[in-house]
Amino acid sequence: MSEREIILETRALEKRFGGVRAIAGVDFRLARGELRCLIGPNGAGKSTFFKMLTAQLRPSAGQIVFDGHDITRAQAHRISRHGIGIKNQVPDVYDGITVHENLWLAARYRHGPRAAQAKIDEILSRLELVAIADTIVGELAHGQRQWVEFGMVTVLEPQVILLDEPTAGMTIEETNRTAALIKEVNQTTTIVVVEHDMQFIRQIARTVTVFHQGKILAEDTMENIQRNQTVRDVYLGKSGGA
Amino acid sequence: MAYRVFAMQQPSQRPRWWWWLFVAALAAFFITMPLHLELFVILEMSRFFGLAMLALSMGFLWGFGGVLSFGQTAFFGLGGYGYTVLALNTGATTGSVFFAIAFGMAGAAVLGYFMIYGRISEIYLSVTTLVFTLILEKGVRATSGDQYVIGTVRLNGQNGIPTVPQLKVPWNPSVELDINGFFYVGATLLVLVYLGLRLLLTTQFGRVIVGLRENERRTELLGYDTRRYKLGAFVLAGGVAGLGGAFYAMSIPLAHPEMFSLGRAADVIMWVLVGGKSTLIGPIAGVFAIEHFKGWLGTQGVGQVTLVLGAVLIVFVLVFQQGLLPTVGMLPEVWRDRRQVWRRILALPRTVAAVDWGVDELALLLVRRLARLIPGSASRSGRGRT
Ligand SMILES: Nc1ncnc2c1ncn2[C@@H]1O[C@H](COP(=O)(O)OP(=O)(O)OP(=O)(O)O)[C@@H](O)[C@H]1O
Ligand SMILES: [Mg+2]
Repeated sequence: MSEREIILETRALEKRFGGVRAIAGVDFRLARGELRCLIGPNGAGKSTFFKMLTAQLRPSAGQIVFDGHDITRAQAHRISRHGIGIKNQVPDVYDGITVHENLWLAARYRHGPRAAQAKIDEILSRLELVAIADTIVGELAHGQRQWVEFGMVTVLEPQVILLDEPTAGMTIEETNRTAALIKEVNQTTTIVVVEHDMQFIRQIARTVTVFHQGKILAEDTMENIQRNQTVRDVYLGKSGGA
Repeated sequence: MAYRVFAMQQPSQRPRWWWWLFVAALAAFFITMPLHLELFVILEMSRFFGLAMLALSMGFLWGFGGVLSFGQTAFFGLGGYGYTVLALNTGATTGSVFFAIAFGMAGAAVLGYFMIYGRISEIYLSVTTLVFTLILEKGVRATSGDQYVIGTVRLNGQNGIPTVPQLKVPWNPSVELDINGFFYVGATLLVLVYLGLRLLLTTQFGRVIVGLRENERRTELLGYDTRRYKLGAFVLAGGVAGLGGAFYAMSIPLAHPEMFSLGRAADVIMWVLVGGKSTLIGPIAGVFAIEHFKGWLGTQGVGQVTLVLGAVLIVFVLVFQQGLLPTVGMLPEVWRDRRQVWRRILALPRTVAAVDWGVDELALLLVRRLARLIPGSASRSGRGRT
């Protein structure tokens, strides 16, 4: 891994909420082109970690370096311009406007008016949302809203995409399609996925990082992680996420 | 209860032919009015035009940008005074109208900058705008002394400036517009402002503004510097309110501290809520409906005009949450959910009691919060809502 260019790195990253250390010193390194999975029991700090990477939360200590820039104190819109896109755990879409308008606002930020429309058409057909392009997003099912957000993030063409529980509330079929989509997008983009669904993780995982109580507990291939006794203890001790 | 935000079209879409037809019909309606209406109606309508611009400035911010500013009256008053003082000093009325717009925008830029770049939360923004307009009111009311003179114009404190110059013909400044001419200019400006704002919603700027209303964090995560867009919208609305203020001052004719007042600010909320904020025509309709209704109540010898209006407002807030015009558009949906609607109407007496109690509580809370607001920045909102 050290051979490849590191695109995202955190050093001794920390986030305290009052007395709680939700993230307690995380050194995380991500190489360009990776498809990394992030797992860990509820409350391990995965979402908090993602939110710090995208300036939705300010780190209490430590440093975040992205593509050679120190982005620890950058504003959220700056981070997007540097090339990090995120799909939050709670669908973060525009509920009161149409699918097309949601995608337009994303595409138009990155592209000129003509190119934006072309990108939207492309992503609509890729996500099979063409038929509902004029539907108000708030009226869609949970799974479809997740795809809309996924589409918004991908048309931004960031260098790194962070996906926080992209298959929550999806049927098995939808989950499989999401896995395929993620692999497809990964051909051009570095991706980090937070998930609880082990079935899904197995479909896409290469390197898996395990968070526990705000720290990295283990980082290895999926096979080794599944054999790792400490990881199994953590999961069985908690809610048994497997 | 989740009625779709009613609009015949999505605001981002280019208006279709029937919308242009509607605007043309509206314009034609205005043009023919002086031909068959009595003079006092024309005078009344001219006054409504200025108020309608004020309503539009709040309706645009609230309905499309999600920014709830209770203090658009601040820029309305600035426009009124700005026009009056400059026009009295220079005699140039057309230029002074432009100045009124710029003055409203400048006021909004200063206040908006501190609020928006200071990232104060929504509720504090609302409170701050209201406080701002009330401070201006107090300030202007305190200018009755002889020392408060700008150029040759005495500000006159409580009494206001009654000598507001009438608009002159722009290309022939020696001629004042007559009542009909003034009416036409007002109608034209209102239609233009409406048209401009509606078309603005189809541009990238306008669409991002709607994005702010829908989800500010998402908009920021897409890369937009949301503060710039928000400030842009706020300044624009300040300009619209300033124009309205200049026009209103000419129509009564009086530049008065009342323009900044709490009562006026409450009127604006009323117009926008009753007319409906999900369309731009709603706030305009709200002005004409409510102001006309007020006048009618007055002629019927109803003593408690305010009380009746309050009841109307409560009915709208509780039952027709989308406002008058959108509700008409949603009638089929309302009919489908009629049981819900009835339940809400039947719950009214209880709610009124609760509101009565709640208002006291709210006032207390507001005072406490304001007290906290003054010394420092305890109000800064984190951006990390989950
Ligand atoms: N805004 C906040 N204020 C206080 N505590 C918080 C806040 N956000 C998160 N926490 C706490 O930080 C810890 C980590 O939460 P986080 O949401 O990051 O976990 P997670 O790994 O994403 O869990 P899940 O799998 O349930 O989504 C939890 O103990 C949570 O209660
Ligand atoms: Mg989480």
